[in-house]
Amino acid sequence: MVHLFKNNGYNIVLDVNSSSVHLVDDLGYDVIGVYEKKSLDEIVEEFEEKYPEDEIREVYGEVTELKNQGKLFTEDIYEPYIDAFKQRKTYVKALCLHIAHDCNLKCKYCFAEEGEYHGRRALMSFEVGKKALDYLVANSGSKRNLEVDFFGGEPTMNWEVVKQLVEYGRSIEKEHNKNFRFTLTTNGILMNDEILEFCNKEMSNIVLSIDGRKEVNDFMRPTRNNLGSTYDIIMPKYKKIAESRNQNNYYVRGTFTHYNTDFCKDVLHFADEGFEQISVEPVVAPAEEPYAIQESDLPKIYEQYDELAAELLKRKKAGNGFNFFHFMIDLDGGPCVYKRLQGCGSGCEYLAITPWGDIYPCHQFVGNEKFLMGNVNEGIVKKEISAEFAKSNVYTKEKCQNCFAKYYCSGGCAANAYNFNGNINDPYEIGCKMQRKRVECALMIKAALASD
Amino acid sequence: MKHIKTINETVLKDSLAHGGCGECQTSCQSACKTSCTVGNQHCENKNR
Repeated sequence: MVHLFKNNGYNIVLDVNSSSVHLVDDLGYDVIGVYEKKSLDEIVEEFEEKYPEDEIREVYGEVTELKNQGKLFTEDIYEPYIDAFKQRKTYVKALCLHIAHDCNLKCKYCFAEEGEYHGRRALMSFEVGKKALDYLVANSGSKRNLEVDFFGGEPTMNWEVVKQLVEYGRSIEKEHNKNFRFTLTTNGILMNDEILEFCNKEMSNIVLSIDGRKEVNDFMRPTRNNLGSTYDIIMPKYKKIAESRNQNNYYVRGTFTHYNTDFCKDVLHFADEGFEQISVEPVVAPAEEPYAIQESDLPKIYEQYDELAAELLKRKKAGNGFNFFHFMIDLDGGPCVYKRLQGCGSGCEYLAITPWGDIYPCHQFVGNEKFLMGNVNEGIVKKEISAEFAKSNVYTKEKCQNCFAKYYCSGGCAANAYNFNGNINDPYEIGCKMQRKRVECALMIKAALASD
Repeated sequence: MKHIKTINETVLKDSLAHGGCGECQTSCQSACKTSCTVGNQHCENKNR
């Protein structure tokens, strides 16, 4: 499968099954578009008024050479590996610890319903967290790198337990030949020097929630009890955090909604404020919510991604670039095909743990009793849930079969698929459409930087 | 080549031979939390 597109004045060809990316001139673009449907003579006849014949024949030769090298018009050879893949024994290597089902903000789009996940307010005890880490170590097999994200609600509302769990993790990692990578997802309200110092010592990444421009952020992310502008409270702290981590290993992470489909301005606002690691992502919400992304928002959203990609490229070339998470793509050192077929690993390699020690396939399923898999005392009791997630892959999703982006999103988010279509193997289509645009933008940036 | 410039050297099928170690980051764990983005992950297999 070959995907041709034009973006920001560049002609780009993606050979999906080899993941080869080619930058081509107009003639190359036209010839590749018809190469498999027509003979050389037919192609010459079709384009002889537009291009010289010898050039058409020359480009035809180049295309044929790339085809012979396995970089154009390659077949999907991976499907036979899937049976073995489905049989594999899976190991747990990442946990999302719901340290606090409570929050000091009341964000309007929160899938945790202001931190409570359809349940009651609760904080995770050290004992439950300790059992979760023990469970992770015991079920991680030979996997060495173990990720633990402190999540909520707002995890800094249970900060002492976070510290104790990090200390406990560090105390057991050597004897088990493990390397914990702790991360924190926070809204910044309680961030102070003591927390920052601890994070800079122990957390491999910090995700700092903020949506962008002050009016955009404060509209969707108000404080409880009208304690003033969230933006004003957190922005100075975030700048300090970013600098203290040398502009690495953090993200300012925002959500855009139907209300700010001009989110390019929010991304550039972060960049203009000096942030270099930026992630701004579409809200995931039921269509009936007024802030949900609608199909009719897509043309504007595509335009915004294109505008952002062009501006990011311009700034990178000028030496003042930044990273936009959804445009990051590693074309040469990226993940292997097994990872690309499998996706995020939710429900088998990645699990979420509630304050009570209940186990769910991922943080987005927490609160949906149908997906309650077990608990940290007994482990996974409902093994059929884990098995269903383990066998889910690119080939179990019909919508992915003819999608050029399938090896970049690996079939998309299982929670989004379930929440919109009632089936983890039936991807959320608005999400797919945005994903395809982002992949095109990311490839354009790579191609443009490589062409100079 | 005059008309076509290939941007990346590696092809995906090469990773069939050395892939699957599972040491890479879980996709949405530490940045997005709402979408699956695999293409930007770094391979952590030192033997590739």
